[in-house]
Amino acid sequence: MNKIFALAGVVIKELYRRKDFYVLFVLTALLTLAAGAVNFFHDDKIVRYVKDICLLLIWVSALVISVVTTARQIPAEREARTIFPLLAKPVSRWHVIVGKFLGCWLATGVALVVFYFFFAAITGSKEQIWPWGAYLEAVWMHWVMLAIVIAMVLLGSIYFAAPSSTSTITIIVVGGVLLLGTHLNTIALQQPQPMQSILATVYFLMPHLEWYDLRDFVVYDMGLVPVRAVALATLYGAVWTAIFLLLAWFGFRRKSLNT
Amino acid sequence: MNFSPLSLLVVLLALAFTLATNLMPTAGNWSQRAKSDNLFGMVFGDGRKLFANHFFTMADVYFHSGYYPSVFDQKSGEEKEIISASHGRKETEEDEKNEDFLGRPKDWIDAFGRNFRITRHTHLENHNEREILPWLRLAADLDPNKIETYTVGAFFLREHLGRADQAEAFLREGLRNNPDSAEILFELGRVYHESNHNLDRARNVWQLGVKKFLLRAPDQQKEDKLLFEELVANLGRLEDEAGNYPAAINWLRAAQKVSPAPDALQRQIDDIQKKAGAQVPATPAKLY
Repeated sequence: MNKIFALAGVVIKELYRRKDFYVLFVLTALLTLAAGAVNFFHDDKIVRYVKDICLLLIWVSALVISVVTTARQIPAEREARTIFPLLAKPVSRWHVIVGKFLGCWLATGVALVVFYFFFAAITGSKEQIWPWGAYLEAVWMHWVMLAIVIAMVLLGSIYFAAPSSTSTITIIVVGGVLLLGTHLNTIALQQPQPMQSILATVYFLMPHLEWYDLRDFVVYDMGLVPVRAVALATLYGAVWTAIFLLLAWFGFRRKSLNT
Repeated sequence: MNFSPLSLLVVLLALAFTLATNLMPTAGNWSQRAKSDNLFGMVFGDGRKLFANHFFTMADVYFHSGYYPSVFDQKSGEEKEIISASHGRKETEEDEKNEDFLGRPKDWIDAFGRNFRITRHTHLENHNEREILPWLRLAADLDPNKIETYTVGAFFLREHLGRADQAEAFLREGLRNNPDSAEILFELGRVYHESNHNLDRARNVWQLGVKKFLLRAPDQQKEDKLLFEELVANLGRLEDEAGNYPAAINWLRAAQKVSPAPDALQRQIDDIQKKAGAQVPATPAKLY
């Protein structure tokens, strides 16, 4: 376990040395503050649109940070040939996969905490309420979703040629699932065969990332999602993460490391 | 010929300057975009109207606190509730049932996924209606000719937020962009009548609204007959309030011709006739 944590520590250090997070955070903060500064009909109590915009920016930023950070991990080690001294130590390929995953996930978690703290400070200062329970659920679910995404990117980084293609493909897939995930079965029912069966199969087989998006509950002050549902969704997320990590390991252990 | 890089740069700059002074007067006519009086018009051109529709829908989404059909749901094409609310239509239990666009869960994924979606049909209330205003403001900026944006925005400002001054200003802006809109004039009359209790101003704008309406093509008049009914019925009630009984009855009779509930209007006419006694003419006068 220590080996995994040591590998994860390196990834976390890399995230705060790189500028991706800072740039995206400043951009999110500036856009949110600019949106919040606009006065509509001389009413300074209007706040939901600011929440909506800020959460959208947080989702986009977190997705970009997690995908871009993860996609370059293994290709960069191979390209710099640091993978060889790493594997020469008593570190297995499974350790590398899990260590990289854990590092990226924890680093994204730190970024999420900073983003959501900013969100709570801005919206709380406007509406003078802090529904911490709802915020906590939203952060947790968001983080669980990113675990699935990070594992998916690690898998992609084993099979795809370059980090750019891994990042692009993953962002398209994640965006597609978030936008169409709930409706794919409805769309399937309107299609002729064999498209109906294909879409229905995809619907049941894909990871339902849209469940983890609790932005509406936060924006519209709709209270809490039942804890049992959050726990089950967490379990579902853990299963998908494990599936992707295992698939990544299967690919990585057979992969030639020479570039 | 041997040019130094610096002299080449100076020549190119001089050429660019000369071309700019020559082309500038004609370049302004190449695109309508640059002439637009707001930023959105300059950036998006006519494409901004698509965004305006989206933002108007966002106002309706906010009004329902996120419980809203997507493009994949069957109920997505229906009239927006913020529009029907601004016409004073109240929802019946039947309407509520019809708006359950989710229906029964289709499978276990759908059933479980509903834990993470808003599944309760609610409307904003207790001054939270203000949350729809940013989207209406953006919709008005993006498409200044979308009439509903002004009427709906003014209705919520006046009726739910008690901001008649802001409602009037928004409608005046709408009227500047759409000088022939009877809808905006009707809503403006409501601001004067119901909020400011200024009967004279309300009468003037409603009468102007009727005139603008009668200038429309016959087909358009037929399509918008409910607007006409609202205008003349309200004028009838206003004249009743002002004690001008013959005029009140005249307007209500005009409303009866297009109203889906002429009997209710007849009862109002009967009540006024009792109050008026001999003042009422037997035959209705011409409107305009």
